[in-house]
Amino acid sequence: MADVKKIATRDSYGNALKELGARHENLIVFDADLAGATKTATFQKAFPTRHFDCGIAEADMIDVAAGAASMGLVPFASSFAMFAAGRAFEQIRNSVGYPHLNVKIGATHGGISVGEDGASHQCCEDFALMRAIPGMVVMCPSDDVEARAAVLAAYEYVGPVYLRFGRLAVPVFHEEETFRFQIGKGETLQDGTDVAILATGLMVNEAVEAGKALREAGISARIINLCTIKPLDEALVVKAARECGKIITCEEHSIVGGLGEAVCALLSEKCPTPVRRIGVNDEFGHSGPAAALLKQFGLSAEHIVEVAKDLCAK
Amino acid sequence: MTTNEKKQLMAAACIVRMGVIKGTHAAKAGHPGGSLSAADLFAYLYEKELRVDPQNPKWEERDRFVLSKGHTAPGLYAALALRGFFPEEDLLTLRHIGSHLQGHPNMNLTPGVDMSTGSLGQGISAAAGMALAAKYQGKDCRVYALLGDGELQEGQVWEAFMFAHHYRLDNLCVIIDNNGLQIDGSVEKVMSPYPIPEKLRAFGFEVAEIDGHDFDQMEAAFAKAKSTRDVPFAIVMKTVKGKDVSYMENQAGWHGKAPNDEEYELAMKELSAHLAEVEGM
Repeated sequence: MADVKKIATRDSYGNALKELGARHENLIVFDADLAGATKTATFQKAFPTRHFDCGIAEADMIDVAAGAASMGLVPFASSFAMFAAGRAFEQIRNSVGYPHLNVKIGATHGGISVGEDGASHQCCEDFALMRAIPGMVVMCPSDDVEARAAVLAAYEYVGPVYLRFGRLAVPVFHEEETFRFQIGKGETLQDGTDVAILATGLMVNEAVEAGKALREAGISARIINLCTIKPLDEALVVKAARECGKIITCEEHSIVGGLGEAVCALLSEKCPTPVRRIGVNDEFGHSGPAAALLKQFGLSAEHIVEVAKDLCAK
Repeated sequence: MTTNEKKQLMAAACIVRMGVIKGTHAAKAGHPGGSLSAADLFAYLYEKELRVDPQNPKWEERDRFVLSKGHTAPGLYAALALRGFFPEEDLLTLRHIGSHLQGHPNMNLTPGVDMSTGSLGQGISAAAGMALAAKYQGKDCRVYALLGDGELQEGQVWEAFMFAHHYRLDNLCVIIDNNGLQIDGSVEKVMSPYPIPEKLRAFGFEVAEIDGHDFDQMEAAFAKAKSTRDVPFAIVMKTVKGKDVSYMENQAGWHGKAPNDEEYELAMKELSAHLAEVEGM
């Protein structure tokens, strides 16, 4: 594992914007004084006249993007997840979601892996907020390959999209050449029959690692990557529940309102199945190195293994 | 402006006001006060100023109008109906289930509505985004946004003003309907936005101060807006809330209340008399 390439999905975001920008004149980018951190600066450097800094004014930025989208442009509006989904929630709800405008919200620094900045900047509520908006697509890519594919898919899709990217460099485990991405489609990374582990974002790689350890312990775990949290790949989740009988969800997000609850809501109606939700347990984060925080909050392969063993023992 | 042109605008404004009364009466809800204060502006915009095509409401090169004070939709709807975007009878379906005339403007339902609004402070940012996009696309269309004076209390409005000046949006014309009243009383007592023109100038706007019920002043202000280069333009218009319906004038209570049957009759009688007077001029 030592020589695995690691890239933060925010970097993938900036690179994908630059690549798309070269091909599509109607793509423009807005940022709110965080271009260096959200990596829209990568696009800005290539296309300075198509990148518009809105200053520290996220509410204005979202509505400006809505206005630009109404003119036929495809704006990507970026800030940290906390200030995009959080601060500008009502702007997204009323001026992007309600009119179903073609605005792409590129939210970086999602989850507690923001690290040292602490709880004020560690957004663990964005899936919940964005999922509640009718017609909003919500995605959280797991690695560099998937993140760039998700940005491309978001551009091609007509309608509002919320993309969550991370600050922390994470392992690249998808093969660029063979990878195919489709909004709303989950990806089975490993087949299994004892328990299905459904993960999103950086937890996907942890789930894959957990799957390996579980196999050694004699537990056959199905590992599913759900990059698209909304619309959820219902068929794939229900199939996993039917065939495995036990579900574990993993997300770098509050257990309130995120992937776990989306899966529970689906299964309670379509296929009641025991579910364990791994996520941030309805509490705020705090400052610290990202890796240590992830471990402390149980967002790790080790914790997934523990939960899976416990669930399978029952 | 010729006398005849002015007469036509006065008649149009009167018809817009009647549409406001008809709509809110039929809806048994809605916001007549601010719709009436801006009725002359609605009439002027749709009868004279905006380059729009009722036969082709989504015409790409059209001028855009964003009703940032979205609650005064009854006035906008009446002006759109008068301009021919949809039948005037539709006004009677305002706020009814199944109607395209929602309580606040919906760009996907109502022909001629350029932006969905209603949550104060957001429309002006969207208008700035449209103006920026028009420049980027090389379109020579103009963008107009109408704000309430109470709406200036929303911090986002000032973010948008900063943005408009920063990006030199001289294709953007902001209009402030200074009727002086909001739900809880006078804007001055609730949370004073004054002095409005000075604040706008400090934010880099070229500003015209006019009587919002005077078409000559309106014409001069819009002409100045169009010839202004490099900075955004703002028209601060003094108006009377509830204008031309005697019992509604300058009454904060008529911000968001519909006339009952008796009040409806009285308002229509007054407006009909006013229309007859204008037509006899």
